[in-house]
Amino acid sequence: MAGWLIIALALALAPLALGSGRWVEFLELTLFVAVLGQGWNVLGGYGGQYSFGNAVFFGTGAYVQALLQYRFGISPWISLWFAIAGTAAVGAAIGWLSFRYGLRGSYFALITLAFAEAFHVLARSFPSITEGGRGVQLALNQDPDRALATFQFNFAGSFLAENGFYYTILAVFLASAFATWRMERTRFGAQLIAVRENEDAAQALGIDAFRVKLGAISISAAITAAAGVYYVQKYLFIEPGIAFGTSKSVEALFAPIIGGLGTVVGPLLGSFFIHGVGEAAKATIGQALGDRPGVDLILFGTILILVLAFLPRGLAGLWAALWRRLTGGDGNA
Amino acid sequence: MLEVRGLSRSFGGLKAVDDVTLSVPRGQIVSLIGPNGAGKTTLFALISGFLKPDSGRVSFEGRDITGHKPHAICRAGIVRTFQVVQPFAGLSVHENIAVGAHTRLRDRDEALERAREVAHRVGMGAMLDRPASALTIAGRKRLELARALATDPRLLLLDEVMAGLNATEIGELVEVIRAIRDEGVTIFLIEHVMQAVMRLSDYTHVLNHGAMIASGTPREVTSAPHVIEAYLGHGAAARLAELEAGHA
Ligand SMILES: Nc1ncnc2c1ncn2[C@@H]1O[C@H](COP(=O)(O)OP(=O)(O)OP(=O)(O)O)[C@@H](O)[C@H]1O
Ligand SMILES: [Mg+2]
Repeated sequence: MAGWLIIALALALAPLALGSGRWVEFLELTLFVAVLGQGWNVLGGYGGQYSFGNAVFFGTGAYVQALLQYRFGISPWISLWFAIAGTAAVGAAIGWLSFRYGLRGSYFALITLAFAEAFHVLARSFPSITEGGRGVQLALNQDPDRALATFQFNFAGSFLAENGFYYTILAVFLASAFATWRMERTRFGAQLIAVRENEDAAQALGIDAFRVKLGAISISAAITAAAGVYYVQKYLFIEPGIAFGTSKSVEALFAPIIGGLGTVVGPLLGSFFIHGVGEAAKATIGQALGDRPGVDLILFGTILILVLAFLPRGLAGLWAALWRRLTGGDGNA
Repeated sequence: MLEVRGLSRSFGGLKAVDDVTLSVPRGQIVSLIGPNGAGKTTLFALISGFLKPDSGRVSFEGRDITGHKPHAICRAGIVRTFQVVQPFAGLSVHENIAVGAHTRLRDRDEALERAREVAHRVGMGAMLDRPASALTIAGRKRLELARALATDPRLLLLDEVMAGLNATEIGELVEVIRAIRDEGVTIFLIEHVMQAVMRLSDYTHVLNHGAMIASGTPREVTSAPHVIEAYLGHGAAARLAELEAGHA
């Protein structure tokens, strides 16, 4: 708990300490992927249901947020609730279809991937609603007085213009981390973990595994949708590839797997590590090889394999082990 | 309290449970014995909702529960343990038992407190913080029992909780199970350890090739010739009788 206060405070003060610019951008991207990771972690890390298509939730959240403003001129502060709740409902529907028929393991992973692809195609196929492959471009607000009302910080004065979206994603991240932290300490959380550990035993002990998984996929969807809302407000643009392409799905699962599955801090650690290494790689290998796309992917893949092979509990597990050794504490006397 | 009528279940051509009828009266300890592969675990799986019967009915406290989901049957008051232990390996003993306690208790602290009580009751009070994966086989069997007990069942189905334990551990567990019955939980148990069966059971059913071949007090059934033959092979009862006559 004390650790989290320090993390929250450090992240809140970072723009003041680092000045704006490159480093804040780096942190902002880290937090964005940490939110995607936290969304995935609720279902994958705590519930053991590995989704390969969490982009479907990112994209749905983003499209609802964009289209409600674009088509109906609804306030972004209102549309965001529809984006989050609507995506939670989509999550429940996908969960219903997958879990009802007992899909587990790689079958579940494949069905989520298929849903993301299906939504990708849908977003392209109905231009009268979604503008198809061109994507949805929201109008830029240039009136400083309407900056807050339009949830657009570009003309909101220099501090907000520089850092408004940093604080937006920080708030979303802290909310998602708090929700996860709370969840761990409820009956629902204990039952979700039990389902992950052993579904038969969980059911023998009175747990309705189907309902628990439905709950988890809805929360996962809601958190991931919030990342979509942030994205749309920041870039004022969304198109099918960004929304439903595989890159968001992959980032969402990299962060918690590397950082530590089923831990509150895992997605943040993992995201920080991935992007830190990514930046370092760009500065070194990237310089040496020239700008070749894909170098970072090879690097991430290598890291993922190393983590899976040597750190089954991710960086969070490594941290806990080091801490035990340093303090001489035992934890499992 | 538990009524099983004409229950059958086949796997392919094999009749694992064949037209079994039995009842377990409230407040008793009833045991189910039989050779390996007799269908005992399958019968438990049918009662607890993990398998659906091909035919027959199961009712509990007067209500039909045939084909209900396992979690619903647990909430109705019947809980099973697994012969092949199924711990939540990544969790501590305390957390494992708390999962059971949550079935009746929403509040996290209450569930943890209840788990602590149950752990003490089955003699795991000193192991609360140990990871379940670090337990010995005896510990894991106990954990199965503790977790099940934490759900506050009225009927406890125990599948070979004594297997793999030494004589001292068996003695302890016999006392624990008796104490559970004395607190009002009815117990139906599968057991190969005859010493435990004889000491615990008020009544015993014998299953062979899926069918019930005998029922009665433990003493009655274990001296019935056809039961001895089921265990030791055809003609064994006669040979045993001859042996005894020879010694006399
Ligand atoms: N899921 C299954 N699919 C196919 N056959 C099964 C299945 N479960 C059990 N069987 C078969 O049904 C028969 C009864 O098995 P069961 O496990 O109920 O026996 P048991 O009396 O519990 O034996 P043991 O004393 O060895 O535990 C065995 O022949 C077993 O191989
Ligand atoms: Mg068995």
